[in-house]
Amino acid sequence: MPGILKYIALDILKNKIVIAYTIMLALFSWSAFGLEDNASKGALTVLNIVLLTVPLVSVLFTTIYVYNSNEFIELLVSHPVKRSMIWKSLFAGLSASLVLAYLLGAGIPLVLFTDPGTAAVMLISGSFLSVIFAALAFLAAVLTRDKAKGIGVSIMLWLYFALLFDGLVLFLFFQFSDYPVEKLVVMLSALSPIDLSRILVLLHLDVSAMMGYTGAIFKTYFGSAWGLLMSFCLLLLWIWIPFSLSLRKFIKKDL
Amino acid sequence: MITIRHISKSFGKLKALNNISLQLDPGECIALIGPNGCGKTTLIKSILAMVLPDEGSIFFDGKDIRNDNLYRARIGYMPQIGRYPENMTIGQVIDMVAGIRSSSALPDMELYEEFGISRLLDKRMRTLSGGTTQKVSATLAFMFRPQVLILDEPTAGLDPLAAGILKDKIIKSGQEGCLTLITSHLLSELEDLITQLIFMQDGSLVLHKDVEELKNLTGQDTVAKSVLQLLKSGEIGVEL
Amino acid sequence: MSAPGSTTTKMIMGIIIDTIGRFLVLLPATLLFFSKPAGSTTIRVAPAGHQASISAALAACKDGDTIIVSKGLYKEGNLVIDKSVCLLGEGMPVIDGENKFEVLSVKKSDVTVRGLRIQNSGRSAMSDPGGIKIYDSARVTVEGNELVDNFFGIYIQYGTDCIVRNNLVKASQKEEHQSGNGIHCWKSANLQISGNRISGHRDGIYFEFVTHSVIWRNISENNLRYGLHFMFSNDDSYITNYFRNNGAGVAVMFTKKVVMMNNTFEENWGDSAYGLLLKEISDCFLSGNTFTRNTTGIFFDGSNRITMERNTLKSNGWAMRLQANCMDNKIRRNNFTGNTFDVGTNGFLTLNEFTENYWDKYEGYDLDKDGVGDVPYHPLSLYSIIVEKNPPAMLLFRSFMINLLDKSEKLLPSLTPDNFIDRRPLTKPVRL
Repeated sequence: MPGILKYIALDILKNKIVIAYTIMLALFSWSAFGLEDNASKGALTVLNIVLLTVPLVSVLFTTIYVYNSNEFIELLVSHPVKRSMIWKSLFAGLSASLVLAYLLGAGIPLVLFTDPGTAAVMLISGSFLSVIFAALAFLAAVLTRDKAKGIGVSIMLWLYFALLFDGLVLFLFFQFSDYPVEKLVVMLSALSPIDLSRILVLLHLDVSAMMGYTGAIFKTYFGSAWGLLMSFCLLLLWIWIPFSLSLRKFIKKDL
Repeated sequence: MITIRHISKSFGKLKALNNISLQLDPGECIALIGPNGCGKTTLIKSILAMVLPDEGSIFFDGKDIRNDNLYRARIGYMPQIGRYPENMTIGQVIDMVAGIRSSSALPDMELYEEFGISRLLDKRMRTLSGGTTQKVSATLAFMFRPQVLILDEPTAGLDPLAAGILKDKIIKSGQEGCLTLITSHLLSELEDLITQLIFMQDGSLVLHKDVEELKNLTGQDTVAKSVLQLLKSGEIGVEL
Repeated sequence: MSAPGSTTTKMIMGIIIDTIGRFLVLLPATLLFFSKPAGSTTIRVAPAGHQASISAALAACKDGDTIIVSKGLYKEGNLVIDKSVCLLGEGMPVIDGENKFEVLSVKKSDVTVRGLRIQNSGRSAMSDPGGIKIYDSARVTVEGNELVDNFFGIYIQYGTDCIVRNNLVKASQKEEHQSGNGIHCWKSANLQISGNRISGHRDGIYFEFVTHSVIWRNISENNLRYGLHFMFSNDDSYITNYFRNNGAGVAVMFTKKVVMMNNTFEENWGDSAYGLLLKEISDCFLSGNTFTRNTTGIFFDGSNRITMERNTLKSNGWAMRLQANCMDNKIRRNNFTGNTFDVGTNGFLTLNEFTENYWDKYEGYDLDKDGVGDVPYHPLSLYSIIVEKNPPAMLLFRSFMINLLDKSEKLLPSLTPDNFIDRRPLTKPVRL
């Protein structure tokens, strides 16, 4: 595995898109902190960027990269390498470089400008988002042979988590506004990695006071040390489930 | 050495392999021929476990290849169209494959030197011509002294000189006891290499015979002519 | 107890102290209220002197006398001032209530208490003991004292024309019920509360049934409940005060004709914290105030005929929330910048007037360059309506979908109420 990983990492690090992504994140974050008059608002702006671009770039870049790695995969499978090893190396390489890009781009200004707690939560959740959406992209890429279709699927996945899911939650709020569904909805929102990360970060900023009763419920569930641990376990599940599904599928795939 | 038992494979409605059984022995050099889309490549990929058959099983030295990957250390494979990671250089590809194989045996550098690969080590794969890519594929296939060689259209795209070098190398490996499986459209090219012939059609095995036996049977002096004769006599349903 | 020393000594001492007092100690304000009767004396209390007890001095003195308390620690239970005297501390003497007693009870008019550190009053919800408690008196001045860890700091009931000035009032309880208010005024009139610093109490300043009074230049911060709490107190004004980080901000309730000017309301973050809560009030005037970093800058509930102008609302969650039960309020020439929501409301009927405010979220244009945007501004965002109807929807705060919704509503307003509108939004902030 280290042998393959080395070449994958080398290849990705040379990739212009990853470099551009890092620079873009850095530009956005630095200017967000530069333009906003207090760090908390800067962090909010960065949060917006992170929640939007990190999943999008992660899912798209990974999908395209996996399709473009077909040759690489074909080359390797004729040699004595376990298929699972190839897939895992590819995933590890991609996740690591996406996380690295995020940490370099957005992480440095976050650490410099925000308090350690907020910075830590944002770094961790941003990294999780990168890896989660890489895992989803692996699933999308292995499910469809056609590259265009695969990219379409991954954009749909992103659209669903970034947009449609929240719409659905909002719809439920209105449908069941006469019932005490707060707890249910809090649980529901934990089902979207983007929402979960967003709320985790918001709870660490002083705007959390605006989130009222529901925010308080969320805080009791996910704000404590146990809750935080649970949230991170949920995020881990978001990595594990799509990736292991994709792995199972890849092992049985005809090349 | 390789035993194939009743394997079938479909891609959707297309039956790529239809209940094929074969016994391939060491030292043989076998030509795998048949019209386009007859399942040659699928068969090869099945042996390499790149394609997983729907039914049947393949044994390598008596061991089922399913859930095994180490047997591939003993196979050298040269694909029809070598596809490599575009951003890697030839040197990196060779290094990487060597790293994966981690073979203790001294690598076979004959083709490497004869094709002059050392001069090209820093070239990226995407910049290579089709012929050079084939040279790299061939070099990699032979480098780790495999006991089984699987060559898919090896000479396609190679210049005559390189094709000659490769042919000599194939003969030499055969003499060293290597089982060689070649697919090619040009039977005449394989004339002096092969010891056995497999003919496939529509995913089914039509013919698997020793070359000598075949020549005796048809009364022709070359393999190409023998096959033609068979085609004419209607034993094989389509024209090549 | 007998008066100390012989008559001669007393007389000489009296003259000396009186002279010094006139020049050094007495401030003009005191002079206003004291028409000193002839023959008034000065009594000196010191721990090591022959007059070592304040209570004895209080018993011995008569109207118009001055008692000077020297530096030291005095534990004398409850001290009652029932004569019109001036009680002065020298070098900040400490009077300790030992957590059992009300420390100083003023039960006579024309009393001055100055320069004392009064600490550790008793705690009782029945009698509400205070560091200094003024009962039914007029013209009492409490000035330059330090009131530390008392249940109530300064408590005035049925007081008129009293002055509470330049005191430091602080406590360190953690729970609301364990703590009284810093400066508590009840059924009083014509009070002046100025230049005090209050922290750590339940309410910083508390007014109930207090009229015609002024609260000026106080700093009230880190109190457990409200920085300033107004109930049923008409015709008052509070000007240039600073309220910061109080449990629930400032509340003005059930009151008419209050003037609120040049105050700062800052950093009141919390679930139900407001910079300023206006509940059931009317005919008030708000001007020149600054609301910064509050969950809700200013909350109007059942409040009518309030003029709000030239205020700055900056970096709040909701700059203002205007409930549907508010009428005829005029909101003009205020600056709204950097707020998450400029305005929130719980209904569609709005009978209030917004005009000539500056909204940093305004994206219109001004072709004739008169400083007034040509397109009206709708300060109510779609999301703020959604949240108002469905508070759990706050969980979607900062979600991409919400941003999109808001943007599309801005372009094609269809759900936000039509009459919630500033027809003359300014293109540049109001210069204040």
